[in-house]
Amino acid sequence: MELDSLSVLLIWTAIAIYAAAFVAYAFDLARRSQLASDRKLAAAQLVERELVGAAVAGSSVSTARTGGASGSERTAKDGAVKGGTAEEAPRRFVMARIGTSLTVLGFVFHLGGTVLRGIAAERVPWSNMYEFAMTGTLLIVAVYLAVNLWADLKYLGTFILGLIVVLLGGAALGFYVQVVPLSDPLKSVWLVIHVFVASLGTAFFALAFALSVLQLIQMRRESRILAGAEKTGPRFLATLPTAERMEGLAYRFATVGFIFWTFTLIAGAIWAQDAWGRYWGFDTKETWTFIIWVLYAGYIHARATRGWRGARSAWLSIVGFTAVLFNFTIVNMFFKGLHVYSGLN
Amino acid sequence: MSSSPSDTRPRGGKGPKRDGTDSAADPLRPSDHVDGQEGVASPSLGVVGWLRWGWRQLTSMRTALVLLLILAIAAIPGSIFPQRMADPNGVTQWKTDNPDLFPILDAMQLFDVYLSAWFSAIYLLLFLSLIGCVIPRIRHHVKALRTRPPRTPIRLQRLDDHREAVREVPGGDAEAAAKSAIDIAEKQLRALRYRVERYDDKRGFSVSAERGYARETGNLVFHLAILGVLVAVGVGGGFSHTGQRVMVEGTSFVNTLLDYSSMNRGRFVSDGDLTPYRMTLDSFDVTYQPFGSAASGQAGDFSANVTVATPEGEPRKESVRVNHPLDVAGDKIYLLGNGYAPTITVRDAQGKVVFTDPVPFLPQNNNTMTSLGVVKIPDGLPQQLGMVGFFYPTAAPLETGALTSVYPALINPTLTLNVYAGDLGIDDGTPRSVYVLDPTDMTQLTGGDTGVDSIELTPGQTAQLPNGMGSVTFENEAPAGAKDYSESVKRYVSLQVHHDGSAVWVLVFALLALGGLLLALFVPRRRMWVKAVADGGTVRLEYAGLARGEDPTLAAAVDDLAASHARLLDADGGTSAPATPDDTPNPRK
Repeated sequence: MELDSLSVLLIWTAIAIYAAAFVAYAFDLARRSQLASDRKLAAAQLVERELVGAAVAGSSVSTARTGGASGSERTAKDGAVKGGTAEEAPRRFVMARIGTSLTVLGFVFHLGGTVLRGIAAERVPWSNMYEFAMTGTLLIVAVYLAVNLWADLKYLGTFILGLIVVLLGGAALGFYVQVVPLSDPLKSVWLVIHVFVASLGTAFFALAFALSVLQLIQMRRESRILAGAEKTGPRFLATLPTAERMEGLAYRFATVGFIFWTFTLIAGAIWAQDAWGRYWGFDTKETWTFIIWVLYAGYIHARATRGWRGARSAWLSIVGFTAVLFNFTIVNMFFKGLHVYSGLN
Repeated sequence: MSSSPSDTRPRGGKGPKRDGTDSAADPLRPSDHVDGQEGVASPSLGVVGWLRWGWRQLTSMRTALVLLLILAIAAIPGSIFPQRMADPNGVTQWKTDNPDLFPILDAMQLFDVYLSAWFSAIYLLLFLSLIGCVIPRIRHHVKALRTRPPRTPIRLQRLDDHREAVREVPGGDAEAAAKSAIDIAEKQLRALRYRVERYDDKRGFSVSAERGYARETGNLVFHLAILGVLVAVGVGGGFSHTGQRVMVEGTSFVNTLLDYSSMNRGRFVSDGDLTPYRMTLDSFDVTYQPFGSAASGQAGDFSANVTVATPEGEPRKESVRVNHPLDVAGDKIYLLGNGYAPTITVRDAQGKVVFTDPVPFLPQNNNTMTSLGVVKIPDGLPQQLGMVGFFYPTAAPLETGALTSVYPALINPTLTLNVYAGDLGIDDGTPRSVYVLDPTDMTQLTGGDTGVDSIELTPGQTAQLPNGMGSVTFENEAPAGAKDYSESVKRYVSLQVHHDGSAVWVLVFALLALGGLLLALFVPRRRMWVKAVADGGTVRLEYAGLARGEDPTLAAAVDDLAASHARLLDADGGTSAPATPDDTPNPRK
């Protein structure tokens, strides 16, 4: 009981730190807006000074069109170097770094809270709604941080951390239940595997979702630029990768998520065969897991279908993740079925 | 559904991009991009032509995608409305709650969504589309597997991922140095598991390489395995059977059709297909969380301890537990439910026993095990007698004076009975549930509004039936000398016996699909070329890569290839890097 109280304390601390990280990331977006307009200004001045005008004027537009992990940062530097403007310091998104540091700190508390909950319950900490939310969001943060080691996705911070604060805070407020022993059907090795992999898949879908949302916003901006419009939407978008790059990233995350989801379906079927006497029975939760699988299968095919790349496939990714959230919340709480492990009455 | 999930080529993979409708408005295409052929007069089609056109449409990627999305939407109603296959009681309840709407929705098969004509139509069309796409792709892939990598393009610099390098030849024979550079590149690519082909001609030396054939193989395996899952489920359903059986402690059951409470069997299952083993329920174990703890009364550690005797083998002791079904002669036996079966004896006015049996009571609340049961006595008494009983394992009075159970274990077991006399409604052969009493043609004699108190018994007690009809006894099943009530009432279990030989095949195909998916999504398919041209005292090297399908790491792969080739050339010593590093601009950076 003591351990569980400590776990709750750690979780709330993590929520507070995540909220701070969210604020830092939000400031980062604001700062990016500032940078983008500064650069526009600098470029305009350069043109006036008839320095290598063509190269730099292009850079303010082409910034967003350059690929590469930290393409925006690099291009900003390149622009500065090529333009010969020594006063333009190298770009560092300080607030984004603060946000990420806070996220790491929050993650440590979050992990501690989750592990303590597991120790308190003497089992894996994912067997009711509260614990699913706790572990699921932990995995989203873990995947987000791990991916950032590989490619700079800090611009997703606001979206991811906002999602985490809402989900984890909501769970801590609305789903909290005391530690109780497992019901018999949950006493299985598949609880460890099936639920964990499902949460991991969800984490990847969440990243793909955030990228798809940004992709749509970026696409709108790009088409406005191409149309020569005066206003092209929020300026921070100029420091973000191109819509095409974000679509590619979203696709990669979604495919990883899809693999995990496929495995979840199979592992769930094996478990159902042992626990309920059939591997598939269109239980409500099974049905929704299937629907999500089909939606993401559609998403993957959309990438290979003319006319479905771009906006439409982004919408499919968004619809898919909405279905994941629906499956987790509404289906768990309000739909009648065999997956009655929410722990809520 | 049937194209490579990440392949930008049209289905059939017959070449560069074609078709497409709305790319004219696509800002990412040049303005002179001609796509689609609006305004072109289509040739008139005969019957065969139209069939061919229809088939093309059906097997097109776009149709497959739309069918997938429709399938996702069509599956939703099955989670909103109760389904007969998953929740038959829910359907009955829904019918009672919405008597007017029910026939309409039922006619739309909304209570059998996954067996409905419209749902079946969608997935059958989808699978037809899949077959129509996979077959030509298999042919195409088999051909591709036998084909050597294609001739090196003349202008490699036209490819997006292109690198150049110049190396000096100290010895002087640039021609020989170029040849040996390509020899090294060939070995290097071969070690990277590329399939390679040399194309040396008077323009220069080059090696063409291709890898990632497993991507398409995996893609085809995935789609065929999905078909396999469907076929295994469909065929397996015909050979499977599922039966339910309620067993009270101490009783036996023989695995024959007659001995089941209910049975569903596939169309190919004949009467003799069941192995006639005998199973006896020796005891049933369960533990309850202690009273007052966080999960007070939560049950767990269920174990139905049985003795199984197969026709050939010795009887053996086994247990059926949740998550641990028992295997007997290819059948799997599952523990679905449990409850109390109070033993009730009814005697007539002369004291002659007219009924004595443990009666399974259905739990109404799993945390307290308040249970409801029905006793029907058609013969032996002046009138047919029905009794509706509540069983409380740990009875305690509510403020109203009515009883309730506060804990699921047998601490203060109490049975209350409301007695009905009249016509049970079973003489005309109408099938009636043993768990429900139809009071239409009966008169209530105790409880409710009769003014006579319900009969209330604890184990071992006997009460007189109204109107001097006889007596009813709640038998105490505890062994002589027992100190408490913990063994006073027998328990029963509800078992499911399931036979489905196809499950393992479904699993095999599902795992194949997963394996295929991994290959199809993560193996990059790409072509690489290395070309060397002797140019005076130097060798000009070109590297280029072409993605075939989704390949986010191609640029890095070309970089790696060029870099490690340079290292190998340095080691070889035939050529050397220019003194000042060649500042060939990389188009990607």
